[in-house]
Amino acid sequence: MDKFRMIFQFLQSNQESFMNGICGIMALASTQIYSAFDFNCPCLPRYNLAYGLGILLVPPFILFLLGFVLNNNISMLAEEWRRPRGQRRKDPAVLRYMFCSMAQRAMIAPVVWVSVTLLDGKCITCAFCTSVPVETLGNASHPGLSQGDIKRVLARIPCKEIYDGQELIANEVAVRYLRCISQALGWCFVLLMTMLAFLVRSLRPCFTQAAFLKSRYWSHYIDIERKLFDETCTEHARSFAKVCIQQFFESMSTDLVAAHCHLPRKDPEDAGEATEKLLGITDWDTMNTALKSWHRCKPALNLHPPALPTGNGWAGEGQPPVHPPVPQKEMAAYYSWV
Amino acid sequence: MDRFRMIFQYFQSNSESVMNGICGLLTLASIKMYTCIEFSCPCLPQYNMAYGLGIMFVPPIALFLCGLILNRQSLVMLEEWSRPQGRRKKDLAVIRYLCSSIMQRAMVAPAAWIIVTLLDGKCLICAFSGSMDPENFVDFASASPVQVQQLLAKVPCKDEELMRNNTSHKAVSSYLRCWSQALGWSILLILIIAAFLARWLRPCFNQAALMQARHWSNYIDIEQKIFEETCCEHSRLFAHKCILHFFESMRQEIKLHSFSLPRQGKGTEGEEDLLRGITDQDQVNKLLKTWYYEKPPL
Repeated sequence: MDKFRMIFQFLQSNQESFMNGICGIMALASTQIYSAFDFNCPCLPRYNLAYGLGILLVPPFILFLLGFVLNNNISMLAEEWRRPRGQRRKDPAVLRYMFCSMAQRAMIAPVVWVSVTLLDGKCITCAFCTSVPVETLGNASHPGLSQGDIKRVLARIPCKEIYDGQELIANEVAVRYLRCISQALGWCFVLLMTMLAFLVRSLRPCFTQAAFLKSRYWSHYIDIERKLFDETCTEHARSFAKVCIQQFFESMSTDLVAAHCHLPRKDPEDAGEATEKLLGITDWDTMNTALKSWHRCKPALNLHPPALPTGNGWAGEGQPPVHPPVPQKEMAAYYSWV
Repeated sequence: MDRFRMIFQYFQSNSESVMNGICGLLTLASIKMYTCIEFSCPCLPQYNMAYGLGIMFVPPIALFLCGLILNRQSLVMLEEWSRPQGRRKKDLAVIRYLCSSIMQRAMVAPAAWIIVTLLDGKCLICAFSGSMDPENFVDFASASPVQVQQLLAKVPCKDEELMRNNTSHKAVSSYLRCWSQALGWSILLILIIAAFLARWLRPCFNQAALMQARHWSNYIDIEQKIFEETCCEHSRLFAHKCILHFFESMRQEIKLHSFSLPRQGKGTEGEEDLLRGITDQDQVNKLLKTWYYEKPPL
């Protein structure tokens, strides 16, 4: 747990490190999913190709989309792209930088899935077992089998338990042949991807370094600005809520005093903070009334009405204020002591 | 846990240590990959050599490129190499030093793969079983040339019915594995001696120039890191000022357009500052809409 927290803190310290961390986790997750997945070739002529290629190509597509979804910069990119121009220019270089960096990170998990699948060999064995060259590897002149029958027999190659074509072509020979081709494809794919990544990374500083620094700075800026704006709004909302609720309780106690024409009994020795915090609500009925009115009739989202707060449970919405608050309290006190 | 934290902090403390750490991880990953991936020789005359040599040489190239990509210093070196001269001279010795240190680190994982492959022996047996001289082995000497090729090609695959009790197949296999392991150990010995000599003899040649190159390459690396951190700090402050300015301008606008005076309450002084004059639902909505439609200029 502690180890996890430390790694998490390290990754959080830098936004790019965090994205790299997510990318690495997704790559590991894709290898784990592949090893946990129970591969089940159907061993039927027409279904093998669909199943094999489906397992090879559909999960990478899903992982690619997931890579975009998990990247919280996608909403930032969309926002920056769609916002009206207003007083601030839009820079297409920044948008391109953000999109490229997200796409590069999202591509890692699919590439890992395809590589692992090809190097393992089961998918290609399943998909292409009917295309094995029987003439070179086995006995093509085996009598009594039509093309369809041969295909049916060959389709069972991945399923060793039900394979019945040992005279046509040995199961191990066919599986070895297909796995060898699959691994060759896999390593070529890995080499190609690595070379591509290397070229992209090494050619960039030679050509567009100044523009790159600019785009990177402004894309970080947009991200930080958005986060700070959200923090400022949260602070504002907290203060807004605090003042709103304080005003609600004050108006509650004022209304109760006005309605019942009596003050709650003040114990002279009991002055101080605790009593202040009770805001004049000191018995069961009053508290229930306050809670009911909070539910039935929440106050308006307006902290500075002209004089009195409007919209609490008793006074109702939109009543014109009559007296400023301080004199009203004094009047109430006068009535009670009479 | 403590040990892990100590190791982690040690690696973080120095950029070179981080690079060494990555290099070590890549080496371990390459060994793990070799053990996980099931080696399956095709056992066919035309394909054996291609497969065996392919498995021995293609992954090291990919690992070498990975080592270059994952090394942060390669970017630093390329930037230093391609930057315009400006007011700072370019020192080729520094670039050469960086290049050699990057290459050395990137070569460790491929070398580990090749050595593990050779010590294991399967690749060489697969690649060269077809090139053995059949005269030396009893069972193969009596077969026809075409048959001999087929039989030799099937040597790496132990599960063939024909091969199970065949002593010649075991002989070929052992012979090739012996060569493979001898080659593997020799390469390992040569590499270690080369590394030892390089490290031992380096102080005898040009130690001062080497120290200078190392110092300035560290400097370039640190300078770039600090520049990035300063840019981050700067953009944070910039954003903070921009947002405060935006809220202020909103407050001015509201003051201009509305006639109500804010109520001065005793306990709410601190809260008033945080509220920044924006105190009802409509004002907040207007603020959020303006933020989206008309972001303030930079």
